[in-house]
Amino acid sequence: MSINQKIVNDFIKNRIKFVTTVPCKQLAGVIDEIEASKDIFHIPSNKEDEGMGLCAGAYMGGKRSAIIMQNTAIGVTINTLVTLIQYYNIPLPMLISYRGEIGEPVACQVEMAVHTKALLNQLNIPTYHFHEQRDADELDGILNHSFMAKKPVAILTDASFWQGA
Amino acid sequence: MIRSEVLKTLIPIISDQLVVSNIGLPSQELHLLDDQPTNFYMLGTMGLASSIGLGLALAQKAKVISIDGDGSVLTNFGTLPTIANNPADNFILLIIDNGSYGSTGDQPTYAGMKTSLAKVATACGCENVVECSAEDTAAAVQAALDGDKMTIIVSKCESGNIKVPVIEMDAPVIRHRFMAEVSRRNA
Repeated sequence: MSINQKIVNDFIKNRIKFVTTVPCKQLAGVIDEIEASKDIFHIPSNKEDEGMGLCAGAYMGGKRSAIIMQNTAIGVTINTLVTLIQYYNIPLPMLISYRGEIGEPVACQVEMAVHTKALLNQLNIPTYHFHEQRDADELDGILNHSFMAKKPVAILTDASFWQGA
Repeated sequence: MIRSEVLKTLIPIISDQLVVSNIGLPSQELHLLDDQPTNFYMLGTMGLASSIGLGLALAQKAKVISIDGDGSVLTNFGTLPTIANNPADNFILLIIDNGSYGSTGDQPTYAGMKTSLAKVATACGCENVVECSAEDTAAAVQAALDGDKMTIIVSKCESGNIKVPVIEMDAPVIRHRFMAEVSRRNA
């Protein structure tokens, strides 16, 4: 099974039925897998805060939701994370490509990478860093944890993780 | 007519419908006029009332009305292509277009100048876009509820506010009672 299939299988196992995505090169394979899934409604969004609004609505409509996005989106979504997702106690798993880490070819991406964990820490968002393929064994538990706690969680997936794909 | 007067004409029609209302004065006015468990008051996140409403409409069967504003749609323009390309026939987006940022002191918006939100929505691919006067808004919303087709309504009204208290209900309580109502309607 590919890592992309494993991720989507864990989404389905945790009854996630509504996924919004804003693309990143590292996430292309998993986005394809989401699009192909018969169990998940895939709705691409134009900006990540819009996507979080869609996810909040779907959750209130009875469908567990998740967002797939790049770490640069943390800068875009701080207000939404704080005054919608956290303020209303809405669970939201965020599968995030951790651009700007070792192996990154684009220098500009490093500028946001150096702030990513600090921002998530400041926001008190439980954060998990997948560096090796086997780290994804924790995904099932992390997703379950997000819905149990009704909190957003961040799953940072770096270049080393995806190069093993 | 100003926004609060338009909302007043809507109450008999929307009181029993799922409503997602916009940040600031629109939510406060709706709360004052007709607080219902079917109302989701969006207290932060300017611009996301349409996104929350669309997500809700796509996830379940009951009709959903998002009451948005022109300034808020301008701040989340990306919502219109998403709505157009993921049609939900149980979704109505009502944009109260008073040409101003009402909650912040009535500063003018571009929607009150050269920009037509109805034309933008149409250009984004929304197929059922209605622009109406403030006075005709209740009839337009009733027609949309009767029509079973996703509808965008742009209600052109005057700028102006009434004094309203803030909403003191806790956000998780707003969500919890709203979700209970959504669940009841989908049982």
